[in-house]
Amino acid sequence: MDPVIWFFALGVFAGLARSDLRMPPAIYDLLSMLLLLAIGLKGGVELARAPSAGILPQALAVIAMGFTLPLFLYPIARKLGRFERADAASLAAHYGSVSVATFAVGIAFLADKNVSHDSQLPLFLVLLEVPAIIVGVMLARRNQAAGQWGRLLHEVFMGKSIVLLVGGLLIGWVAGPIGIQPLEPLFFDLFKGVLALFLLEMGLIAASQTKAVRESGLFIIAFGVLVPVPLALIGALLGWAIGLSVGGTTLLAVLAGSASYIAAPAAIRIAVPEANPSLSLTASLGVTFPFNIFIGIPIYYHIATVIHGGVG
Amino acid sequence: MSNGNRKLVTIITEAIIETELCADIEELGASGYTVSNARGSGSRGTRNAGWSASSSIRIEVVCGEAIAASIARHVSDKYYDNYAMILFESDIKVIRADKFA
Repeated sequence: MDPVIWFFALGVFAGLARSDLRMPPAIYDLLSMLLLLAIGLKGGVELARAPSAGILPQALAVIAMGFTLPLFLYPIARKLGRFERADAASLAAHYGSVSVATFAVGIAFLADKNVSHDSQLPLFLVLLEVPAIIVGVMLARRNQAAGQWGRLLHEVFMGKSIVLLVGGLLIGWVAGPIGIQPLEPLFFDLFKGVLALFLLEMGLIAASQTKAVRESGLFIIAFGVLVPVPLALIGALLGWAIGLSVGGTTLLAVLAGSASYIAAPAAIRIAVPEANPSLSLTASLGVTFPFNIFIGIPIYYHIATVIHGGVG
Repeated sequence: MSNGNRKLVTIITEAIIETELCADIEELGASGYTVSNARGSGSRGTRNAGWSASSSIRIEVVCGEAIAASIARHVSDKYYDNYAMILFESDIKVIRADKFA
């Protein structure tokens, strides 16, 4: 198992044991900025090195998946979970959108196994972040006044994750492999160390959710554990269908199976204030994120190899 | 320099609505406000400043009685149902009272 995820376990342990371990907010912000920029830059450099043919139809297929996933999730939450419309829509938005941290752990997992992945995956990460949030808001707002679409769109498109990912992609793409070389020690060589520290704080945050997990009932826990695998399977099948490699298929499965805990909560809090924020956050952060990094990602890799006809 | 009595309106709420709330406060006629990061615990759970989705802010507004009342009315109508928020008023003495409407 990749050592970085043990830092997550350490953070959870420290949080549960009420250690005085605490990461200064500014450092956590810096770490998340480094991760976002590193993922963006890496993707941009790879795109500059080997421009992918047929990237446009692939991108459209990925966006279509982003719009579709919440439509599967909403009825599950509404009918099986018996949630109010706002809460069901919020869950659908969180699980349709993606988690950058899970994606980063997926990259580290593949690097550990020496499996390369297609250069366009960071771009797909960007493309998948927004559509589900828009669908979620529409599901919650059906039959109601449109309200604050301008503010919502500003929030999702100008949120720091999109700005840094897209900015990194563009800078990496313009600079190219040689231009980016002086930046490699900070962004690429330190990637795993930064990810380890980031996951330590994620563990502390997840530990602070345990009370909410216990209070939120069985459905949320079952939802958080059972929903990612079928979603990832959809992602893997799409990855295979649009011609991604095993690594790329794995990462698209990781994206589909992951749940947002930064972009979606912020946007939904503004656009659908009546939704209970701790419900979706507890599921995505307290249940699905740990599930994905410990159990999900190896499963998705296995699914990808099986789909590609490997022995797995 | 004129001294005088004014109200200090303090709002402690979710950081996510800072932009909107501050725009509301200015629109209601306050001449200014101060925002700081906060953390604590209450009926909506523990909110720690370390992480954007759960961080809180404290907004302080020095103003006259009429504006204080309209701020209190406006935010309780607009935000109390759905957001973690408390608001309280205190009587204060300020120097240069003419600065604060």
